[in-house]
Amino acid sequence: MKNLWLFLVRYNSVFWFILFFVLSLALVVNNNNFQRSSFVNSSNVVVGSFYGKVNSWKEYMHLADANKELLDENALLRHQLQSFISNDSITEVLETDSLDDPSRYGFIVASVVNNSVNQKNNYITVNKGSLDGIQKDMGVITSNGVVGSVLNVSPHFSTIKSLLHPTTKISVSIDSTTSAFGSLVWGENTESRFAMVRDIPNHVKLYVGQPIYTSGFSTKFPKGVKVGYIVQTDIVTGGSFKDVRILLTTKFEKLTHVYIVKDKLAKEKIELETLNEENNG
Amino acid sequence: MAKIVIFNIIRFLALILLQVAVLKNIGYYNIAVAFPYILIVLLLPVGTPNIVLYILAFLTGLSIDAFYDSIGIHTAACVALAFFRIFFHKITIELDEQESFNTPSWGNMGFKWFSTYILLGTLVHHFFLFLVETFSLQNFIQTLISIVLSCLCTLVIIFVISLLTYHKKSRIIN
Repeated sequence: MKNLWLFLVRYNSVFWFILFFVLSLALVVNNNNFQRSSFVNSSNVVVGSFYGKVNSWKEYMHLADANKELLDENALLRHQLQSFISNDSITEVLETDSLDDPSRYGFIVASVVNNSVNQKNNYITVNKGSLDGIQKDMGVITSNGVVGSVLNVSPHFSTIKSLLHPTTKISVSIDSTTSAFGSLVWGENTESRFAMVRDIPNHVKLYVGQPIYTSGFSTKFPKGVKVGYIVQTDIVTGGSFKDVRILLTTKFEKLTHVYIVKDKLAKEKIELETLNEENNG
Repeated sequence: MAKIVIFNIIRFLALILLQVAVLKNIGYYNIAVAFPYILIVLLLPVGTPNIVLYILAFLTGLSIDAFYDSIGIHTAACVALAFFRIFFHKITIELDEQESFNTPSWGNMGFKWFSTYILLGTLVHHFFLFLVETFSLQNFIQTLISIVLSCLCTLVIIFVISLLTYHKKSRIIN
């Protein structure tokens, strides 16, 4: 017994090391596999408000870009409004699909307080939280592309798992009209401008410069949000599916404002899905 | 004693601030990134008890993780660094010095000791950091390149910081 005690004391650094190392590995594994909401991330009050402070200085440098982006978006919206007004007589004839109801989605504007593009797993923190109606798993877009989905929410801040993250997967369609679908992932990239679209059926004709849109299958993103353009089509994977490389329209390194997509039918869908689980159990 | 504690707290705050407000935005695509915050662990007083050292390393890693949204990765690397530190001190510092509360800095320990200490410590920390981050042996060459390049970045910044804060005291080891 005395020898055992002496042994433990003599090598106490090794035992403490094993204990603490296993503890931190458990943190990594827990966080990666289940993405449980934990307190130690940038949506907590201390870290969030610190980044808010830093950002309030930094955002002056991006004012010109942010202004230009907003002007561009204004022009686009004005253009759409015009065509909407002039086509008034036609819209009466068109049948309306309740799922394509334009008022289905609401958008919450949030400003980015923290953003990274050069990590392996990139996250974004924004200054709106559960008090503003943000919930987990909501989609996030900008005026010209997709950004990611909400990961953790605190009363005043939320963290977003960016598209530049190995586990982000978004359902997209090739052109807004064709019925070919694929899934958008960041892939093995290190650059924030490019991403991959995987699992497109082999028979679909693709060309460089073809636009990619969101498919609207999940409750996260509305249908037809522009994602990017194809830049490389000849990536052979060997199966009955093919991959393409796309240039993203979202400028991740210049992100200042984002829109969080609030699906009004999400609650209904989730309630319906919980019924399924009750049946199974 | 109170002076040492206050100095260490100031160093902790200053280095974390530098890391998350400045260096987080600098870096070449996760291939070459600088993490000079490891000085917090490396410069704790020599006589710090093992358990305290591990707890402080754990907390340092956890605070960096909170800002990087990467729970556990920096924590694991910092714990490994604490283990290296204990081992290195045990074999290079004389027994009676191991009890003192001197800061193992450039001025106190001399350039030869300090540079070896920082070099090996940075290597250990970055090795564990990138290995835990990738969590696999795929693309090992790429991980290795990241480790080496990030080590260079970290070392340069650590030596700049050490030069700026250099002041010579009584030498313990020549």
